[in-house]
Amino acid sequence: MDVVATIGRVALDLCAAAGRILLFALAGLSHIFRPPFYAREFGRALLEIGFFSLPVVALTATFTGMVLALQASTGLSRFSAESAVANLVVLSVTRELGPVLAGLMVAGRVGAAMAAEIGTMRVTDQIDALSTLSTNPMKYLVAPRLLAGVISLPLLVVVADVLGVAGGTLIATLKLGIDPQIYLTQTVHFTEWNDVSSGLAKAAVFGLLIVLMGCYNGYRSKGGAQGVGNATTSAVVAASVLILAMDYVLTELFFSR
Amino acid sequence: MSGPAISVRGLRKRFGDKVVLDGIDFDVPAGSSLVVIGGSGSGKSVLVKCILGLIEPDGGSVAFDGVDILRLPAAERAAARSRIGMLFQAGALFDSLPVWENVMFGALARRAIGRAEAEQQAPGVLAQVGLAGSVGELSPAELSGGMQKRVALARAIAQRPDVLFFDEPTTGLDPIMGAVIDGLIVDVVKTLGTTAIAITHDMASATRIGNTAAMLFRGKLVWTGPAADLLSSGNAMVDQFTHGRRDGPIQMELRR
Repeated sequence: MDVVATIGRVALDLCAAAGRILLFALAGLSHIFRPPFYAREFGRALLEIGFFSLPVVALTATFTGMVLALQASTGLSRFSAESAVANLVVLSVTRELGPVLAGLMVAGRVGAAMAAEIGTMRVTDQIDALSTLSTNPMKYLVAPRLLAGVISLPLLVVVADVLGVAGGTLIATLKLGIDPQIYLTQTVHFTEWNDVSSGLAKAAVFGLLIVLMGCYNGYRSKGGAQGVGNATTSAVVAASVLILAMDYVLTELFFSR
Repeated sequence: MSGPAISVRGLRKRFGDKVVLDGIDFDVPAGSSLVVIGGSGSGKSVLVKCILGLIEPDGGSVAFDGVDILRLPAAERAAARSRIGMLFQAGALFDSLPVWENVMFGALARRAIGRAEAEQQAPGVLAQVGLAGSVGELSPAELSGGMQKRVALARAIAQRPDVLFFDEPTTGLDPIMGAVIDGLIVDVVKTLGTTAIAITHDMASATRIGNTAAMLFRGKLVWTGPAADLLSSGNAMVDQFTHGRRDGPIQMELRR
């Protein structure tokens, strides 16, 4: 009986948490469309999420493309299908690895920083101070970051796609001895707009989830340094798990027949 | 011109089973200052946050000049907040902004003035709390505790509020700096003609800032009287607290 009660309690807690997050997201999103707009905050968030994440996303994508080409070559050679390396690399990068790896990297870098910043503002009364200065904290802190997340991640994924393919090309030509012109022609001909656009749509959703988890956990943090630390951990873990779960849901949505 | 009269009636707040405010009633006449004293965890900060609407009280009313601000629609409540200044315990300065932008944040947020104009006006406001204009270019992290309190006070008075709240204004400061901050508070309250509510457990500060004083204990106001009488109130609880005696009615109540 205790086990049933525990399971019930956990289920209820999860439902309550999901409800709180949903309400928080709706409140934040609604402020994107209602004035006043904080352009400076939006610009800062765009720089923080997008521009400053470029190096880590670029490096991750490049090396992933390189590893993918090597592994694909090994696997495909067993079926004498080495010529399909380009197809496999571009499909994997644009549909899956570009958005998912960029999302996970940004979740670790930006989600944690955002939860720490907003969490510190919460425990040092800075969020209350915003309210006393006629400023809605959701509008000032959350809405610009949500918008920046939704815009930044697809842009980062464009870079990740290009560099992932470039990494694959590098290995294919230098190590596997495939003619670069043939490799790139094959890549371009094989790629469909749907492959790229589905990856960009995923990235926009991941961007929203990363910022939402960072802001939500930071906003609700309490109890000083330990509370902020917990918020940071929760933000990264929740965003990472949600990215992987949502990746499956979106893949089903875009590609299931 | 004096700020509005403040009237608090039946203010109640509980967190789970813990009753923090249990029917608080008091009045602050226009242009005067009330100091609320009480031990750590007695609910002083919750009281101020409930009055400001930062925490939703479970019941009661908070009226400024007869208008219950807790019953106002969100937009009107936000407008009412523009008449209020608040000095937070730790300053609560925005780390990511320079001092001048912290000071002028309220005006900038309401789009009352542009950034260039705000940057020009900031040194004047900083001068009111005894800081040089050059401080405006620094970030809050570069300031000492006393300077942070002054900047926070400058931010609170920048909009020339009708009502000022002070949450432990001298906490963390040495006695001399505490006296300086108290002096500044008395000066700005007098100059602006505001109505003020301060909460503190610093007795020297309480007697300097307040016209009247009240003591909060276990969610209730157990004594109200002139701030000048704090050290000789005749109330056993107040006497124990103000003289810092280890034994007395407060300890007996807490042991129950």
